Amino acid sequence: MKRFLPALLLPLALAAGCDGQSGGGDASKANAATGEITVWLSNNQEELAWGKAMVDKWNSAHADQKITAQEIPAGKTSEEVIGAAITAGNAPCLIFNTAPAAVPGFQKQGGLVALDDFDGATKYITDRTGATATQYKSPDGKFYQLPWKSNPVMIFYNKDVFAKAGLDPEKPALSTYDEFLTAARKIKSSGAAPAAIYPAPSSEFFQSWFDFYPLFAAETDGKQLVQDGKAQFNSPEGQKVASFWKTLYDEGLAPKEQYTGDSFADQKAAMAIVGPWAISVYGSKVKWGAVPVPTSTGKPADQIKTFSDAKNVAMYSACKNRATAWEVMKFATSQEQDGELLSKTGQMPLRANLQTTYPDYFTKNPAYTQFAAQAARTVEVPNVPNSVAIWQTFRDAYTQSVIFGKQPVNDALSGAGSKVNQLAGGS
Amino acid sequence: MTTARADGVAGGKVRGSRGRVTTVLGRHPVGLILAAPYAVYLAVIFAYPFGFAVWMSFHDYFFAAPGAVVDTPFAGLDNYRAVVSDPAVRKSFWNILVFLVINVPLTTALALVLANALNRAVRARMFLRIAFYVPYVTASVAVVGVWMFLFNSGGLVNKVLGPLAPDPSWLVNETLAMPLIAIFVTWKQLGFFILLYLAALQNVPKELYEAASVDGASAWQRFWSVTVPAVRPATALVVILALITGGNLFTEPYLLTGGGGPNGASASPVLVMYQRGLQQGEPDFAAALGVLLVIGVLILSYLSRRFIERD
Repeated sequence: MKRFLPALLLPLALAAGCDGQSGGGDASKANAATGEITVWLSNNQEELAWGKAMVDKWNSAHADQKITAQEIPAGKTSEEVIGAAITAGNAPCLIFNTAPAAVPGFQKQGGLVALDDFDGATKYITDRTGATATQYKSPDGKFYQLPWKSNPVMIFYNKDVFAKAGLDPEKPALSTYDEFLTAARKIKSSGAAPAAIYPAPSSEFFQSWFDFYPLFAAETDGKQLVQDGKAQFNSPEGQKVASFWKTLYDEGLAPKEQYTGDSFADQKAAMAIVGPWAISVYGSKVKWGAVPVPTSTGKPADQIKTFSDAKNVAMYSACKNRATAWEVMKFATSQEQDGELLSKTGQMPLRANLQTTYPDYFTKNPAYTQFAAQAARTVEVPNVPNSVAIWQTFRDAYTQSVIFGKQPVNDALSGAGSKVNQLAGGS
Repeated sequence: MTTARADGVAGGKVRGSRGRVTTVLGRHPVGLILAAPYAVYLAVIFAYPFGFAVWMSFHDYFFAAPGAVVDTPFAGLDNYRAVVSDPAVRKSFWNILVFLVINVPLTTALALVLANALNRAVRARMFLRIAFYVPYVTASVAVVGVWMFLFNSGGLVNKVLGPLAPDPSWLVNETLAMPLIAIFVTWKQLGFFILLYLAALQNVPKELYEAASVDGASAWQRFWSVTVPAVRPATALVVILALITGGNLFTEPYLLTGGGGPNGASASPVLVMYQRGLQQGEPDFAAALGVLLVIGVLILSYLSRRFIERD
């Protein structure tokens, strides 16, 4: 056995070295092929209901090109499941929940199909989404994702808590950092809520999308974290935003400890940074209002940009019947289906002129109107190499300096800026 | 004579071929068949991934779709250099050292003392055994949830401690987070190690205790001079398994302290492997880190075995 095991291991190790790195599919043949396809949908109940109805409608008219739909398999995050499926070669044709931050990684894996390969695809995408579509182009100039829907984040506040703290529950003054801090201090000192606001203080790379990034987008009039290969956060605007959050943490207005539930729904926090998906979730549980994120100077609401929290549709390279998949992409993002998505989920289709396209919906649902207006002013995560590593680098510096105060904010942002510049350059 | 010679030649040939078969397959070839399923399992589940990880650690590698033409050039020791020079990795190894310094002695001492007590207990023995074993078989995620409620700033522990409660609280305190995880893991794993010791205690001859009693040994002297040496092989096993558990630490820093927080104070090497290998798409870096971790655990296990089992 002593001789047997090494003899067994060697070929296995060599086989491992040669694993799956050769070959090449016939992409043009697949691009023209039609037939049955599989799609994955988000496990959000409202989105799932929309997805199933969409699939039923398609299947009833396309008996020879049926869609089989299923929820994204459970995992720590959807992105890890999708990454593993790409490597295993069993990713579906389409995933209606592809995170833009994960697209550079999936693209590097060879897991995505460039949509520009299909006739009229670029025009379709830019016509539907307008100028915002540019943010979803990859560095090679191609679209590996179809911009689908956004959840532009705003400040949700609890009207009852605000009233209890002696703040105006209908038109609260929250537009500048000073106003926001004054309100936060009142909430805390009055005991109206244990926390003024409770963003997750944990280290996951994506948490900055719901604290620093929306305010950074607003403060800079729409700059991304990285632009032209350079980190943008190590700037006077970035430092202002970080210092604002640091004050909230230093004064105990935002807790440094993780909360296991939904702090806003559980009335542990008076405010939260969330998108319109939350309206149906909070429902009658919380009497809420929403205002744009604050800026240092109190910019007018109609000029404030924010983080999009978008999810897109992408076609995966394991797909054999890509012509059908492309037609399904167009069908699922048609004006009719976008309207269905809006009415079933309250999430904003990434479509130009949203309010004028669906006037009836917004008349009947005025709560969503301000999110539709905000949807036209969103900033996406940068589509750059090492996207997740960049966000993790930023998050580590942010938690170290802003949340736990172990390093001066400017030093932390400067150090992270240098690292991010290297990562954005592809090294 | 001729016949005898012919038989002798034929018998020699038979013995020769049998000898070769015996050399290759052993005296009982059926044993190989019986062992084969586990050998195959070991090869597929452990040896192949480990061999692959070692290969990855020496190459510029990332996970690609089947059929994707991707270059994976030999990278020499680049990945190892990147791992060793990464401050987050160095911090994670320091964190795990803190964990092991607390967890391994605590686990070993508590498991031995409790097993010894349980071995003598007459009343409620079964209840106590089950009580100690329950945390071990309960899903980490569920137990972590309970500990989060116990140890958060408004939790039961701080309420009991009142003004003595630490500030910042346990889970966001850079000094206390890792020791708390070490205590959590000790508590959770204790039932399994108690069982190991209980099994070992069954084999300690009663005559040794009787002889010690006749010689006038106190209860403590009987424990120290009879029980502890008698269960030394079990102690070596407990220490090695506790070291391996520590080396594999992931769930607790991932869930209990929100991804290795506060500020990386409870990040473990496996958590860093997960972040870099799976989240950030650098499996080559993660593989190099994993290989170093395996080497570290092997060295510690070897040293502890040599130290504990020496006469």
